[in-house]
Amino acid sequence: MDPILILLLALLGFMLIGSLIAIETRDLLSSVICVGAVGFGTSLVFLLLGAPDLAITQVVVEILVLVVLVRMVITRRDETHATSRSTLPVGVVLLALGVMAAVVFGTLAGGPADGPLRVRPFGDPLMTAEVPAARLAPAGRADLAPPGTTSASVGGTFLEQGLTENAASRGTGAANYVMGVLLDYRAYDTLGEATVIFVAVIGAYAVLRKVGRSRHAGNESDR
Amino acid sequence: MSLQMVPYVLTFLLLVAGLYAIVAKRNLIKVIVGILILDYAANLLLVLTGYRTPPAGQAPVAPILTGGAVQAPQLAATAVDPVPQALVLTSIVIGLSVAALVVALAIRLYEKYGTFDTELMRNLKG
Amino acid sequence: MQGMSLIVKNITRIVAGFIILFGAYIVLYGHVTPGGGFTGGVILAGGLALVVLAFGEEFARNVLTHDIARLADSMGALLFLLVAVLGFMGGVFFTNFLPLGDVGALLSSGTIPIANIGIGIKVGAGLFGVFLALAAFRRATGAAPADTGRLA
Repeated sequence: MDPILILLLALLGFMLIGSLIAIETRDLLSSVICVGAVGFGTSLVFLLLGAPDLAITQVVVEILVLVVLVRMVITRRDETHATSRSTLPVGVVLLALGVMAAVVFGTLAGGPADGPLRVRPFGDPLMTAEVPAARLAPAGRADLAPPGTTSASVGGTFLEQGLTENAASRGTGAANYVMGVLLDYRAYDTLGEATVIFVAVIGAYAVLRKVGRSRHAGNESDR
Repeated sequence: MSLQMVPYVLTFLLLVAGLYAIVAKRNLIKVIVGILILDYAANLLLVLTGYRTPPAGQAPVAPILTGGAVQAPQLAATAVDPVPQALVLTSIVIGLSVAALVVALAIRLYEKYGTFDTELMRNLKG
Repeated sequence: MQGMSLIVKNITRIVAGFIILFGAYIVLYGHVTPGGGFTGGVILAGGLALVVLAFGEEFARNVLTHDIARLADSMGALLFLLVAVLGFMGGVFFTNFLPLGDVGALLSSGTIPIANIGIGIKVGAGLFGVFLALAAFRRATGAAPADTGRLA
């Protein structure tokens, strides 16, 4: 049994228990702290799976989220009441669970290996499959085809060709392949992501600005 | 169903737990907690699909070249997939921005209604 | 939002410079070691948030104002777009048109370090601005001083 897999399952179990406590506990501060535990568990899982950039980013983002949430919760502590057990939300969640279980057990387990519906097992991504490299040639110019075999997925081709720039490969020169993917091969997606952050930040400003809101005397929120 | 699928199943359960918190809870802070847990579970699922088992006895190989350009072919044969990592990196920071936006909304709602309870908000009507 | 005690202020004077330096290091070396623009930007936002929390809102209104945060946010986005548009010199939008140097050096891989700096400034200033808006706004609602006793 792979020690990495055992550690991974232990961390995922810890995160699941932490998230259940965060959802069900009645004290708001404990709930926020358990979310912090889930976030740091995610960071450990990223480190275990060979993603150091993600681990650093997740730790720092988790710290900022905790600072903001704790600062909001700590002076406005109302206790939560018992949830009203109306049937519609619980029914929706059970339906979602049923659909997801059908997807997981129906497609992950069934179907032929490498068939159209089968998700590849954990630890064996599409990168490990090889196809003839002749498919990298431009359309109609089979004489420009590189020899040998190449990876069947985009990530594998980025790994093979991501470094040097010559006639056969269009590389980036970045030693950190993730940055090469993010800022050279997929730079347009990064532009879109910068736009999303910009919009979220402007949305937060628009919600919180003081200009244009009338302030009543005897403000009912003053407590 | 072999042991190799259990990480995916546990991540799906985390996702459903976050969804349950968003749908079935009355308090706004619990809804925000649900949004955060859903975000972490989605990022985790994406990174899990890109993992490649290392050769026997070694640690998982990150896609970063530490030994100079001569190690590039060996890295290409053993490293994990860099594309899900690149996409999840931006997704983590977007999750932080969305959390800040939702917290801003919660602060405004608390200023207007004086409580975090959505049932009371529905009855108060400003 | 008053500042914090004298111990916290003195420690912040020493430590905040190191945090900002670390954030700048992660941004600049993003193409060689793990990190990059997003990670370094969030660390910079954290460092600036520490300074504002420790020194109170006098500091936030006089030195590190909200307007500076918004200006830096827009400048970072414009720098990133400038790198993208200048890619037309190499052929298409977003080409890596600067020479790729030796692998592992600081000045290598073309436009990637410049794009990293743009993203680092943008993310750092944007998240710091949101933090300022969230923290400074609570002053307007008058957070009850009687509740701070529960912090002990």
